[in-house]
Amino acid sequence: MTTASPARLEVDYAGSERLTMNMGPQHPSAHGVFRAVLTLEGETVVGVDAVIGYLHRCHEKLAETLTYAQYPSIASKTDYVAAMTSEFAYVRAAETIGKIEVPKRAQYLRVMAAELQRVASHLLWLGTWCMDMGGALGGGATIFLYCIRERELILDLFESLVGARLLYGFYQVGGVRYDLPAGWTATCRETVDLIDRRIGEYESMLDDNPFFMARCQGVGVISRELAEDVGISGPLLRGSGVAWDLRRADPYSSYEDFQFLVPVESSGDCFARYGVRMVEFRESLKIVRQVLDGLPEGPVSSRPGLKSVAQTRIPKGEAYARIEGPRGEVGCYLTADGSAKPYRMKWRGASFSNLSVLPHIIPGHKVADVVAIMGSVDPVFGEVDR
Amino acid sequence: MTSDQARTLIGARFSSAQIDGPGGALVVTVPLDQWAAFAQFAKDDLGCRYFSFLTAIDWKELGLEVVVRLDNLDDNMSVTMKTRPGPGVSLCPSLTPLYRGANWMERECYEMFGIQFEGHPDLRRLLLPDDWQGYPLLKSYAVDTPYPPYR
Repeated sequence: MTTASPARLEVDYAGSERLTMNMGPQHPSAHGVFRAVLTLEGETVVGVDAVIGYLHRCHEKLAETLTYAQYPSIASKTDYVAAMTSEFAYVRAAETIGKIEVPKRAQYLRVMAAELQRVASHLLWLGTWCMDMGGALGGGATIFLYCIRERELILDLFESLVGARLLYGFYQVGGVRYDLPAGWTATCRETVDLIDRRIGEYESMLDDNPFFMARCQGVGVISRELAEDVGISGPLLRGSGVAWDLRRADPYSSYEDFQFLVPVESSGDCFARYGVRMVEFRESLKIVRQVLDGLPEGPVSSRPGLKSVAQTRIPKGEAYARIEGPRGEVGCYLTADGSAKPYRMKWRGASFSNLSVLPHIIPGHKVADVVAIMGSVDPVFGEVDR
Repeated sequence: MTSDQARTLIGARFSSAQIDGPGGALVVTVPLDQWAAFAQFAKDDLGCRYFSFLTAIDWKELGLEVVVRLDNLDDNMSVTMKTRPGPGVSLCPSLTPLYRGANWMERECYEMFGIQFEGHPDLRRLLLPDDWQGYPLLKSYAVDTPYPPYR
């Protein structure tokens, strides 16, 4: 047990007095509503009690009251920074139980949306994280504004595809809701090329920056053993030396058709996680290009024009569907009882498991490092609290 | 270790375990008293060191069911383990001493289903307010149950 709650805090007056400090729940570096009760000895953290739940909306209970046609657009509100991949996990679970075919074109469009979403999500991560790391990076907000500028381009693409900028409802059981509008492909190619060039600019600002290196190298090391034991996933797991990417290990939605690298770093620190994500940017853009090149013709849904609740019935059964989201394994464990609504849905949020590693890695670091570590974990609290 | 090898090994070691699952997935239902022993076996002998998730399902009069998914990342093999404490029973041995990832998930299950995880080092609420009444994910808990302490 590494967490220490304030009630059980031992105060030692022999010269090593301990201080309990609340970080959050409205701390800008938390990227959401998160409270860390830090136990400090001087500037060094000796214990962390993570307090979550401020954004809890009981998604799992809600899912039991909504049909398979209704919930996907609510699922996007779990991880609202990567809404596309959240919907993806839910519809895939329902399709697995119902043995519902998804047309090839819909599978490719799903991959494309998921990869653009990964780039958008990583852009937000890079921008906010660098802002947390502060003045060392040329005034802090520089990279943030650059990243937001590029993220806007992807949101514009989504807006012209779906009509919404943050929460999409693009995926539905059996396919996707919309086909590409005219001229969309050309805009998408331009955007992808532009972002590809800009990522090189960010790297040149960060990679050899001694302040940046000092703040993230050797900070927040997660060992491979701890990574597996806690069940962290995504860039954190790959930053800890585990070559595990669900797109490769358990291919879904025609991911086996695309060529891409799975970056792995072995040092397990903040810099390793940064390195993994920077490669993922380019790999995602590569996948988007391949989708655009090889997009097959055909319908975008195997069940178009659903008009009644009865048409969304899924037979009795259970399935666990997992997706490699920007933050890691987004899983949906669905139990169906043959009606139009799930009997039970468990949401395995990548951020939930990733965040639960914090009490194991933060002790021993300085308070300022907590900010760097939090940012490198990239939690989205909609997904942690659900 | 392939899924078939694991299946044989489980059959040999845990004769009372039921092994099934759709489409070749390894779903093992073990008696409650073998819950922790099976998890230890899965970690040591099946190489399932990756803790994916823990949750529970309320089967109304049949009682609760606890579900855990473990992965073997080296061999790309997964085991879903289940147990049923029985009608009216909400006690289950904790897996937190074995897998640190079970810590928060068991805390969540404790407040959502009222399951007491025996051996959990810190079984406190996780997501809900401290003064919450009832266990929301039980089927007997209505969605529109009012939250009383509006003071």
